Amino acid sequence: MLSAEEKAELDRELQQYPARQSACIDAMKIVQRHRRWLSDEALRDIGEYLGMSVADLDGVATFYNLLFRKPVGRHVVMICDSVTCWIMGYEKLRDTLMNRLGVSLGETTSDDRFTVLPIVCLGNCDKAPTLMVDRDTYGNVSPETVEEILARYK
Amino acid sequence: MPSQPSEHEVRVLSRRFGLPNSASIDTYLANDGYRALEKALKEMTPDSILEELKVSNLRGRGGAGFPTGMKWSFVPRQSPKPKYIVCNADESEPGTCKDRLLMEYDPHQLIEGILIAGIVVGSHQGYIYVRGEYRYLIDILDRALEEAYARGYLGKNILGSGFDFDLYTHTGAGAYECGEESALLESLEGKRGIPRIRPPFPAVAGLYASPTVLNNVETFSSVPPIIVNGGKWYAELGTPRNGGTRLFVLSGHVKRPGVYELPMGTPLRKLIYDVGGGIIGDKKLKAVIPGGSSTPVLTADAIDTPLDFDSVAKAGSMLGSGAVIVMHEDTCIVRAALRIMQFYAHESCGWCIPCREGTNWLKKTLTRFHSGGGREEDIGLIEDLAKNMLGRTFCPLGDAAAMPTIAFVQKFRNEFEMHLAGQPCPFEKHGQLVGA
Repeated sequence: MLSAEEKAELDRELQQYPARQSACIDAMKIVQRHRRWLSDEALRDIGEYLGMSVADLDGVATFYNLLFRKPVGRHVVMICDSVTCWIMGYEKLRDTLMNRLGVSLGETTSDDRFTVLPIVCLGNCDKAPTLMVDRDTYGNVSPETVEEILARYK
Repeated sequence: MPSQPSEHEVRVLSRRFGLPNSASIDTYLANDGYRALEKALKEMTPDSILEELKVSNLRGRGGAGFPTGMKWSFVPRQSPKPKYIVCNADESEPGTCKDRLLMEYDPHQLIEGILIAGIVVGSHQGYIYVRGEYRYLIDILDRALEEAYARGYLGKNILGSGFDFDLYTHTGAGAYECGEESALLESLEGKRGIPRIRPPFPAVAGLYASPTVLNNVETFSSVPPIIVNGGKWYAELGTPRNGGTRLFVLSGHVKRPGVYELPMGTPLRKLIYDVGGGIIGDKKLKAVIPGGSSTPVLTADAIDTPLDFDSVAKAGSMLGSGAVIVMHEDTCIVRAALRIMQFYAHESCGWCIPCREGTNWLKKTLTRFHSGGGREEDIGLIEDLAKNMLGRTFCPLGDAAAMPTIAFVQKFRNEFEMHLAGQPCPFEKHGQLVGA
């Protein structure tokens, strides 16, 4: 079952569409915000409320980079590996980040604090290299400043 | 922050960017805001608006450069179905981040452009499809929408004209493919973002199978200044058949990367050296990708190409999204080709085999090549594979992956040869990581 809070948020989104299915990305984002990731149970809950099958929802969930079908840490660090960020030092930044956190791309720190994922172009190319933590984008990130950024997320 | 303005800019769409609270409706109203809407509602007809757009030579800023006036004229206005206006704010082409600024610093200009599209085709509902990564922009846009509703620029009976229009934001969840118009519509309907076969085009059967106008943020944002100042004024800012200004994103190895509004037809040299301050470390220019990662690379000797759709096409590439990516002499072209292919292989939606298999095969071949396992015949294989993807997919993603690859091989064959069997990448020793 969706929680009352999840339902209330989703109901607001539903008002703007003539078809309930249109809100399914919103629904998954809302549930993900509350539960961190989208378990099979989460998809069942959403499916019941929107009148969609779990298979259809799974198809949508697995299509998009920002919907997580596996558990993630409290914060998700997404580091852009597209062409401009690569030109401007993505690899050094990635290596710094992985050394600092002791994880590889796709892994979660043992204290469950961070999951580090590669991500495609974040649309911040004039400030490359760029990364995103949860919903925040950071530009001109250097191996030195990445430490300050991480410190903001407990 | 917006980029430091450059003296070379001609600021039409970005002219309010530096103002205090530029995103607020009060700033907008104090600086010509919603004048175009008033004019469109009170002094113009749908046909006269279309005529101004045609005269303006405005061409779609999303990448394809299709004339906007013509696109809007394809919508069957008499259709009994509801009509929709959809704004593509799913800016995801690597190198591109101009729409982000238009939404962050002047959201009302975008709203006004969308409203005018609604007047032209008789639509009463629209969506701004914002990529999921631009989360903070949703808040800015939602605030702007609220302001517009509160002041009577959205909702029922707008400015007492009898015209109704509702506008909403819709957020994606991270998929390059959803920047393709038909995939975007699928996504907006709550499905996987895979492309539709066309025809029918969205103008006839788009969102919920209804007639739909679908344009990029920059395109809609260009409409209010055209309506206020006239199509002729706008056309004259650019070059023949390429009206107006455009927001260029300058990134990569330049001293002053940024988003700059320049007249169409501005020479590449001026953008890189005068506006952008030249190459980092005063190194030699090697290559420029002129319109986002899907456009064929240009060599340094194309530096005097005017940046308009037709001139860049003549130089063998495309102006695309106006995202100019600069690479200096220490950049490994094979590595750049690989990096770009990794992107397309990941973002291919998997619907068409030539794209799904082609991008991954190319990624593997380029990876092997760069890591010293390349064979002479692989150079031909890479080119051949890419050529066999061209035109054989539902949507342009296959072409977007193939076109730059073909250009990298054809224009920088020597760099591929430098990587042949057993030789380590000759560029690694220089260190790629100039900006880090």
